[in-house]
Amino acid sequence: MSLKLIGTKAIVIGASSGIGAELAKQLAEGGALVATIARRTDRLQLLSDRYPERVFPFAHDVNNIAEVPDLFQKCTDTLTGLDLIIYCSGVMPQVGPHEYSTDKDIDMVNVNMSGAVAWLNCAATRMEGTGHGSIIGIGSVAGDRGRSGNPVYAASKAFMHTYMEALRNRLARKGVKVVTIKPGPVQTEMTAALGISNAMPVEKAAQLILHYKDRTGEHYLSPVHRIIFYIIKRIPSPIFRRLNLK
Amino acid sequence: MNLPLDRLTNVTGFGMITGADGYLFRPTQVEEFYEILQLAKSTGRQITMRGSGRSYGDANIGSESILLDITRFNQILSFDPQTGVIDCQAGVTIEQLWRHTLESSFWPPVVSGTMFPTMGGALGMNLHGKNAFKAGPIGNHVIEIEVLFPNGEHSVLTQSDPLFFQVISTAGLLGIILRVKLQMHQINSGDVRVLPLSIPNWDAQFKTFENFRNEADYMVSWIDCFARGKSAGRGDFHAAYYMDEPSQFPITLRPEHQDLPDTIMGFFPKSVVWRFIKRLNNRTGMRFTNWAKHTSGKILGNGKPHPLSLVGFNFLLDYVPNWRNSYLPGGFIQYQSFVPAEQAPRVFAQQLELQQAAKLESFLGVMKRHVPDNFLFSHGVDGYSLALDFKITKTNKESVWKLAHQMNELVLAAGGRFYLAKDSTLTPDHFTQSIGPESFQTYAQLKLRLDPDSILTSDLARRLHLDPRD
Repeated sequence: MSLKLIGTKAIVIGASSGIGAELAKQLAEGGALVATIARRTDRLQLLSDRYPERVFPFAHDVNNIAEVPDLFQKCTDTLTGLDLIIYCSGVMPQVGPHEYSTDKDIDMVNVNMSGAVAWLNCAATRMEGTGHGSIIGIGSVAGDRGRSGNPVYAASKAFMHTYMEALRNRLARKGVKVVTIKPGPVQTEMTAALGISNAMPVEKAAQLILHYKDRTGEHYLSPVHRIIFYIIKRIPSPIFRRLNLK
Repeated sequence: MNLPLDRLTNVTGFGMITGADGYLFRPTQVEEFYEILQLAKSTGRQITMRGSGRSYGDANIGSESILLDITRFNQILSFDPQTGVIDCQAGVTIEQLWRHTLESSFWPPVVSGTMFPTMGGALGMNLHGKNAFKAGPIGNHVIEIEVLFPNGEHSVLTQSDPLFFQVISTAGLLGIILRVKLQMHQINSGDVRVLPLSIPNWDAQFKTFENFRNEADYMVSWIDCFARGKSAGRGDFHAAYYMDEPSQFPITLRPEHQDLPDTIMGFFPKSVVWRFIKRLNNRTGMRFTNWAKHTSGKILGNGKPHPLSLVGFNFLLDYVPNWRNSYLPGGFIQYQSFVPAEQAPRVFAQQLELQQAAKLESFLGVMKRHVPDNFLFSHGVDGYSLALDFKITKTNKESVWKLAHQMNELVLAAGGRFYLAKDSTLTPDHFTQSIGPESFQTYAQLKLRLDPDSILTSDLARRLHLDPRD
């Protein structure tokens, strides 16, 4: 157990796989109370069986925005408070270089953006009143530029960056920590099909995210990314489109 | 069913060591209290009662509960300047009381060291003052209370009802006190005559208290917790006496005479003083401060009586505004134990030795004399209390709690008691043992009957398992 996490009351949305699952696991191992939220509760069960007194699974599809306020309050009741909320739900379907699939794109809009707004608005309302807590949103290096590979995924993450920045500008003065994480490729189900060789192990990513949990601001998970994307963000658009970066 | 998220707020006890988030409701009408009870039932929430938030620990906070703050329910309903009987809503503060009655020659019969507590909070805790050895706790002076119970009963209780003695003192866990009728104390002057005495050690402390017990109206002694050996227990004792004045309308009865100045020596603003205290608020600084206070008490004014306003004498804690901020960022706890007279010299001396051995001396020690009373969760013993302030930092919390538990054991072995308004460290066993299993049983049965849905709670109640269903 880590002293920093003992007693922390956390909600993790999208806790059945990938970064969310690993975050929930590390929080629980560290002594935090965690409400884990996902569609697939069978996947949440494993962790709550191991830490029945600290992990509380809730079934929820983030497409179902109407039920968020009720569920949010159920979670804070169960946790007897809230110190940390992490929105990890995200989808990145494979999109061909000439494919414009509205079905796939709207799915990303719903899960990556609308769900985040529904959950984090609840958290923001609460934390503006209580004046403490951390809100973590998972963005992506993909959101830093409109690369050609997956337009709506990139746009949804750029939305996340701007939304989180705006929340930060509202809430930081109230004592609330608002943290944007911009991971590069992480070894998860989402990236498995991409065949990326140098993806960051998910354990490492989750550790770093928890390390940044009280540090208001935007954080890349590796210093290399910080430098590369500092440059990439500044490439003028006419040049950028000739580079054909995916 | 949901409660609106924008009602959420974070509050702490007066010691600021822990906070809790709750849904804030501040009613002004009796009907709203009914509605809030109903809301609690329909949403499956519990209610935590809160007055001015002057309890040091976790009695006035309750995680994820409805925070029923009575500070806006604060009308004085009637006052009879002939008899001194005042009838007021529970949110009326001690300050409102004295400002309203002083010019008619009445002063609250019992006041705490600060004037901000509400009557509801004062009766929930059954607070005491520096006249506890004569007047007992504030509940002794209450004529009637109107109480709304979570089971829907709404009663007016007087001292002839056993329930009167059970609702008062049980930290707002049996019923919601709505209205209080209080007998104020008649005075002739707004000043008291204060006699300061420098005291060299424990023996002299206890002797002095016994000597002055029959003649003084107020007694309090400050203890230097850093002194050891022969000087252990040294400090400054103050006795105060109500005064007579020949005038029909003495100027001392005017609030203008009572008001504490907001500067020191006419120019230095008190609002910044806590920032200077903060610099001294460490072991070295406080060792020096305690030494300096004792030394100056020995040299200056020792044994020389002087007049002081009732406000200046009673509300010492209000003298430096926001003084508690000097304990930031970690906050502080107050530890107060009540020990029967014959055991007190030994127990207090041992408490001091434990603190010194742990290098966790209290920065402020205050001793008072008490008498027993008839209330259910009474902290009154025929003996003494010693109140100690401990600064809490990132690193010392565990050792302070360990020290407190060691001191608790001493108090319990001596048949002593504790005071819920001050408590942060008790365990359920400690508390049950201190009030006795019989009293606890009585309380448990009342709780089941009067609060069948477990509505009234607080973080203190949860910590001490003050609900038999927990």
